[in-house]
Amino acid sequence: MYAAPTNTMPSNRFNGFTDYGIGIGLRVPHYQHILTRQPVVDWFEIISENFMVDAGRPLQVLDQILEQYRVVQHGVSMYFGSADKLNREHLKKLKTLVKRTKTPWLSDHLCWGSVDGRYTHDLLPMPYTFAAAKVTAQKVREVRDFVEVPIAVENVSSYAEFHQSEMTEWEFLTEVVEQADCGILLDVNNIYVSSKNHSFNPYDYVNNVPHHRVAQIHIAGHSKFKKYLLDTHDHPVLDPVWQLYSRAIQLVGKTATLLEWDDRIPSFDEVHHEALKANQFIHQLEHHAAPA
Amino acid sequence: MKRSKPINSSTNSSITLHPPSVGSARQLGELQALMAGAIMRPLTARNRMQPRTAGGEPMARVVESFIKPNDRLTSFERLEIYNRQYWFRILDCFYDDYPGLRAVIGDRKFDRLAHAYLARHPSESFTLRNLGRRLEEFLRAEPKWTAPHQRLALDMVRLEWANIVAFDEATKPAIHVDDLLGRKPSKVRLGLQPYITLLEVRYPVDDLLIAAKKDDDRLRGEASNAVELHHRRAVRINVRRLKPRRFYIAAHRMNCAVYYKRLAREQFDVLHGLQRGATLEKACAVLLKHRRRDGTDMATQVQQWFQDWTSFSWFCQR
Repeated sequence: MYAAPTNTMPSNRFNGFTDYGIGIGLRVPHYQHILTRQPVVDWFEIISENFMVDAGRPLQVLDQILEQYRVVQHGVSMYFGSADKLNREHLKKLKTLVKRTKTPWLSDHLCWGSVDGRYTHDLLPMPYTFAAAKVTAQKVREVRDFVEVPIAVENVSSYAEFHQSEMTEWEFLTEVVEQADCGILLDVNNIYVSSKNHSFNPYDYVNNVPHHRVAQIHIAGHSKFKKYLLDTHDHPVLDPVWQLYSRAIQLVGKTATLLEWDDRIPSFDEVHHEALKANQFIHQLEHHAAPA
Repeated sequence: MKRSKPINSSTNSSITLHPPSVGSARQLGELQALMAGAIMRPLTARNRMQPRTAGGEPMARVVESFIKPNDRLTSFERLEIYNRQYWFRILDCFYDDYPGLRAVIGDRKFDRLAHAYLARHPSESFTLRNLGRRLEEFLRAEPKWTAPHQRLALDMVRLEWANIVAFDEATKPAIHVDDLLGRKPSKVRLGLQPYITLLEVRYPVDDLLIAAKKDDDRLRGEASNAVELHHRRAVRINVRRLKPRRFYIAAHRMNCAVYYKRLAREQFDVLHGLQRGATLEKACAVLLKHRRRDGTDMATQVQQWFQDWTSFSWFCQR
């Protein structure tokens, strides 16, 4: 187990030595509210692919947001784990956007999703083998070298496991980030969802990742089905996920945290209020760590 | 939601009963191709994973060879979650992008067409924006999917793709009227902005699309798995009332909003000529065949057109 408990913000090289607080995802239904009311928000996370266009309304809105807010890019289709070679067009567009947003770090998922140039547009789970880790780490390095910003890889929710796996998911994540020398976007909701779907202890996961590499944390809601949980991002954060978040920040320290809410999106205020609940866990951490 | 008979996808051919181990990059690729083949295979009429592969092998046996079961779900059921999500996601996107086509052919036919098209042309781009890039080509090759309204459907699909292009295609530095002063028309070649599409159609698809999109502003969650197939029923277009005649439309963008501008035949010909690389002189030469008998001063009129078009920033360097 990695032991690096701290109550300080882990400004580290994986998040560009920033000290961002609680952010929310920038979503279309909130554009009007944000641009007219200009609410106080620590930072916004954008889905990179939505803005990797040449012109038009998406970039107009983004530029207006950038005038007033800090923005971090989060991708959904780099597919570090795909055996396919990296898509050069994708990389060039990504770098153009990175220059525009000046994102201090860039995240995408520890997954695959394309084969022979055909895209599933899903975040598919990896077989946890040493060979797969090597391929994945190499691609993370290539992306980082091209876009020239720190990379954080995010653990995904999954619904299937491979016979071929040679290690646990957190061991695989560790193997990849150590080989790539990159950061982690620790999604505690995804850990919880996968723990229920694959019957492991989510605290084993949180306890055993390299905490000094955590650049950011994701929180989100999920849906319960009869035989599995689905990562839907369409609910408030559930209590066991908050508990896992609490444990994560005990181990990692106060970390840039972002609430994802992508479907059945309520008002801006409701989403922001849900995100700010993270503060109570951060305050508890600070309280316990304060000198007597 | 009712489904059409599943259509075999060309992506299924790689399924075998002998899954690779994953000890190298090549073997990782083989496993991913195997799994993608299963995930991208069309669903059954009841939205379930097909019981057999395209090659006829039992799907359960194939999937068991690489996916573990757990205490609640079989290997087949676990992979089926991804199979369903794949189809729900791309169908959801396709429904959102083509409300006009849905209005022309109705929900049932659209559903069959969507499955057939997406099975034949899975996404080849990192962005779902390009999902319909080959739809016009597909419908030209297989008009049965839109019969008996092929022409109207094709016109609508061309406009709906033009709408996507107008939304976010690049803007080049605009050329203004002043830039043209003193230059010989025989030497001037103007480009049209990349976001502009000129359309010659037989039906007023611009008006029809605006009507179809009314109240159909569903928003897509890019990072969510909460994908459902409960789409609002399409606004149907009363096709029988429509009489075909020529319409000329420029789909373009102004102040980041997409517009459809009706053009006169003469305007279309001039712009089309310029877009194809003709000199200003040659592009305007087509006006000779449209010379008006009503005494309108053509020179003044053309000047006005160019003033309007440059005020829209439509022209750029080639």
